[in-house]
Amino acid sequence: MSEEAKGLVRERVAGRPEVFVREWFADYLWDLFCPGCQSPVAGRIIAEVLEELGIGDKAIMVGCVGCSGIMIGGFDLDKVSPAHGRGPDVATAIKRIYPDTIVFTVQGDGDCIAIGAGPFVGALTRGEKITIIMLNNNNFGTTGGQLGPTTLVGQVTTTSPEGRKPSEEGYPVHAAEMAATFKGVAYSARGALHTPADYRRTKGYIRTAFQRQLEGVGLSFVEVLTACPTNWHLTPVQSLAWIRDNVIPEFPLGEFRNVTYIE
Amino acid sequence: MAERILAEGNEAVGWGALGAGCHCFFGYPITPQNEVIEFLSRELPKRGGVFVQSQCENATINMLFGAAATGVRAMTSTSSPGWGLMMEGMSNLAAARLPCVVVLVQRVGPGVQRLTHSQQDYNSATKGGGGGGYRNIVLAPASVQEIHDLMQLAFHLADKYRNPVVVLSDGLMGHVVEPLELKTTDFGPLPEKDWAVARYGQHEDGKHRAIGASYNPLKGESFVSYLIDMRETYQAIEATEIRYEEYKTDDAELVLVAYGYCARVSEEAVDAARAEGLKAGLLRPITLWPFPNQAVRDKAAQGRKFLVVEDSMGLMVDDVRNAIKGEAEVHLVDATFRHLASEDGMIMPARVLEEIRRLL
Repeated sequence: MSEEAKGLVRERVAGRPEVFVREWFADYLWDLFCPGCQSPVAGRIIAEVLEELGIGDKAIMVGCVGCSGIMIGGFDLDKVSPAHGRGPDVATAIKRIYPDTIVFTVQGDGDCIAIGAGPFVGALTRGEKITIIMLNNNNFGTTGGQLGPTTLVGQVTTTSPEGRKPSEEGYPVHAAEMAATFKGVAYSARGALHTPADYRRTKGYIRTAFQRQLEGVGLSFVEVLTACPTNWHLTPVQSLAWIRDNVIPEFPLGEFRNVTYIE
Repeated sequence: MAERILAEGNEAVGWGALGAGCHCFFGYPITPQNEVIEFLSRELPKRGGVFVQSQCENATINMLFGAAATGVRAMTSTSSPGWGLMMEGMSNLAAARLPCVVVLVQRVGPGVQRLTHSQQDYNSATKGGGGGGYRNIVLAPASVQEIHDLMQLAFHLADKYRNPVVVLSDGLMGHVVEPLELKTTDFGPLPEKDWAVARYGQHEDGKHRAIGASYNPLKGESFVSYLIDMRETYQAIEATEIRYEEYKTDDAELVLVAYGYCARVSEEAVDAARAEGLKAGLLRPITLWPFPNQAVRDKAAQGRKFLVVEDSMGLMVDDVRNAIKGEAEVHLVDATFRHLASEDGMIMPARVLEEIRRLL
């Protein structure tokens, strides 16, 4: 990419919002994510919302291990990278110590509800006043596309070479619906990014999630369906159609819980 | 005048933590340390502190990671099975250079076994039980008062070196009731925690803070420069922080080496031996890492014999042998010398005295 083109892309993709680190993220972003990956898209939405709500200066970010963890390098915020799956534990402690900050985790589906199922359920149980954003790409991306808790029935991965079999690997986990069953949860929603309309709706979900934390209502959770063209063995454009035709029928979009008061 | 109370060892952990200004405690129930979490669940919130009962020890240690990242004084306590669950977190805390205190009230192992005392976690505490070959500073109290005092030292050393500190207790030390003088010790000034996360815009240099369990190329670190930095910290700790106590060792022909409850037992055995005219003495390490190698080595060079007394299958004895480098005889009274064959048994002074008689 020419210097001029780099500058243009930087301006359009990483020039704003300001909570993104300007120098570092813009230069290395291209090497770290695969073509068509939607993790950085989700990251951008989060950054935009933080800026629009004017809470960038009091937000503390907790990352994860996996593709969703890469984006933490791009946020110009105080931040902590925890062990695999342990984001909600780390976020719990920080929020309890600094109740006036906005503490959020960004986790992949493997980080959040495979290895991190315990911390996730623990935080839901206690109704921690944090925001958990889970990017669901239906597989373990960083390690090369293995079966994840959200892999679709029949979907081929490197560890389910004949497709996910419910008799062996069970069914996909529905984190947003599950979170909505906890009384300490203020907000739970699932969005996607495969169309501009969904992009806007998902941004609205994330905004509401942060608002619930600002109001101190309870835990807020947003699951975002993201494309993983590399491990799905599809082109970026085919991946968007795959989300529409195969992922959303399994993982319906919308808000599952939205309350402004918890007793 | 300082307040004097009667307290058991596990409560002394809590009193010591309060004296050190500990702000956060994370815990999960496990015998024989339950009194620690019960005490702090009651006392910390009263003082504006944070208490969270986690869903497991794995969560506890990662909550501690988050708390330590903010720079506040924070701790947890556990017993041996929970300690096993904490190993990844301990490695991460060491890697991220986060100051914190972990109290390990040892119970019998390996595995689950039963709920009573032991000294079988020496290696995982002193050698870094998680991945990566890190070091914890390990303090070994031998009385209720010393548990209280070493808790305060533990927080100080953690902050001074940005390193996890383990206070190694056991089921016996945790439950023995003794007089306790509540006092706050000032160990001197500490470096500012300008590395801690707080929130953006709160830092004087206007830059964000990032904490993670690895070296940070954005700070100009390489993997090797990070290892060198870590080694320098460990060398500074070894050069400065070794603590031990000697009892009647001046003319001792046989030097007992023991920590924790076994040191109390050994002291009694030394007195009994002296009453019989047998020249025995006791060297009690207070820091298990860094281990008092030189003190042991010096005595070996003077031609003394050694008797290690520890309630395990023989773990600290390796450090004694390492210090001595084959220059002296080393004998061992271990967990198989317990006065009962059950988990309730303990190493009694009489049994240690028998060994002293046999060796002198």
